[in-house]
Amino acid sequence: MILVIAEQRSGKLNRASWETIAGAQQLAAGEPIVVMLPGGSAQTAAAELAAADVTEVVTLDHPSLEPYTPDGYTAVLRAAIDALAPSVVLLPHTYQTRDFAPKLAARMDRAIVTDVTGVKRGGAHGPEAAFVRPMFQGKLTADVVPQGPTPHFVTFQIGAFRVDQAVRGSSPAPVRALSIAVDAALVRQKPETPFQEAKQAVDLSQAERIVSVGRGIKEQSNIPLAQQLADALHAELAASRPICDSGWLPMERQVGSSGQTVAPKLYLALGISGAIQHLVGMKGSNTIVAINKDADAPIFEVADYGIVGDLFEVVPALIAALKQ
Amino acid sequence: MKIAVCIKQVPTRDWQPRLNESKTWIREQDASYEMNEPDAYALEESLRLKEKHGGEVVVCSAGPARVAQVIREGLARGADRAIHVEDDGLASADAFVVAAALAAAMKDEAFDLILTGLQSDDQGFAQTGVILAERLGLPHATIIMEVAVAGSALRVKRELEGGWFQWIAMPLPAVLTIQSGINQLRYATLKGIMAAKKKEIRKAPSPSASAARQKIVSLYLPEKTKKTQLIAGSPAEAAKELVKKLRDEARVIQ
Repeated sequence: MILVIAEQRSGKLNRASWETIAGAQQLAAGEPIVVMLPGGSAQTAAAELAAADVTEVVTLDHPSLEPYTPDGYTAVLRAAIDALAPSVVLLPHTYQTRDFAPKLAARMDRAIVTDVTGVKRGGAHGPEAAFVRPMFQGKLTADVVPQGPTPHFVTFQIGAFRVDQAVRGSSPAPVRALSIAVDAALVRQKPETPFQEAKQAVDLSQAERIVSVGRGIKEQSNIPLAQQLADALHAELAASRPICDSGWLPMERQVGSSGQTVAPKLYLALGISGAIQHLVGMKGSNTIVAINKDADAPIFEVADYGIVGDLFEVVPALIAALKQ
Repeated sequence: MKIAVCIKQVPTRDWQPRLNESKTWIREQDASYEMNEPDAYALEESLRLKEKHGGEVVVCSAGPARVAQVIREGLARGADRAIHVEDDGLASADAFVVAAALAAAMKDEAFDLILTGLQSDDQGFAQTGVILAERLGLPHATIIMEVAVAGSALRVKRELEGGWFQWIAMPLPAVLTIQSGINQLRYATLKGIMAAKKKEIRKAPSPSASAARQKIVSLYLPEKTKKTQLIAGSPAEAAKELVKKLRDEARVIQ
């Protein structure tokens, strides 16, 4: 049995849960799929999940699950997984999963393969499923087979499977509450209420065109060059994480897993290598242009148009061409 | 406060990947190496905490002999001493094996706080810090953007997705995984480089017991998901052609 662990906050389902169901259906090959939804006030979200073509939806409520802590999740989910005895446990690769899943796998001493983008069955390596994941900042891809006793834990990268790939059932799947007898966990973390740093002045998700800069811009004094190109294209200026880390552009202009997710008509990446944390934030863009001196940069894997060259020569030429 | 910082040596950012003969790992001998970037931020945060609260910073690293390069760099930036779990196999090992090796070498040190980067730029598991916490029986928090210590209490700012944050309190000792950009990095001074030569690096044996929990059956260049039109020519020609395509073909500009 394949167990999907869905994610919700205050009853609202994380969309990535549906992506994980799509991935589970691709992996399943006839195996039953059970979706587990941890946390309280889960009724609406559970009913939503029951629309998927899965064997059943299981809700899991326990005082140690609210509010979220890695200690609480590890203790309760461990007991639930022992009770359900799946062969594989699939999770979306969210920040919350990253926080508890390695601990849970380590507690159970079971393999965990993270940030997976695809599934392969029956390759040259044998009959087991291999999980595809990026390595070396996306420069290489690996097929990985988890080792040791089951269940094996696998986390799917956000966007690896599409929500609309998830097959719906002809009738709703049964929903049941799983009651787990586990003592209140020793929870050492005391979380406070989540907050946003500052009201985001720039909503990049609404931008039609975005010019985004990465490490290839080299120095803060070169940012105005990118701004000129953005102006010529009537585009917003954005950046990959290292540029915002250096304070060259404000954090609110960051695109990627820790920043904003965007899908503009045009995304023009200047000197961005295309690490996976950046790609997940922009690969849904309509038309992607990459300008980079490294022809092997992973950004070219998602680009519609590419220029391999020195951005300090290409960008002034682009600005000139746009003015014609 | 006794602080440990776990750092990993990874191939440099401009390294062009080359594979070994069985195409299951890289040709390690061809790569040039540097300190994993998130670990550099963890090191900087350790040094700042020591400057504020006193104590010592111990660099811990697991890997082949060449890892001494990043250990020396950590010492040159201001760490006091180091522990090196030396084993050639650790360069390609999974997070379970690396965490077990580090835990065995660190458990008797009774560190108050252990920091490491949130993930590595090589295999990118984002697991080692969390598994290390579990192996040492310590609480943890991940993707940390601010660290405040008051007595035996710790309060940290954790990054959530999409610009959200959350403060979390927990007791010491604890393990934190640090996000890039938490601070501004310092560089080693000449004085620091000289001083590092005299600092202690304790070699720790690698425990042989822990079994690998994952196996790379194939390593290869990424398959393209899109058919990229590469535009050749001089910068002026390429720029003109690109503008034409964006106007007439993609129709994303006027």
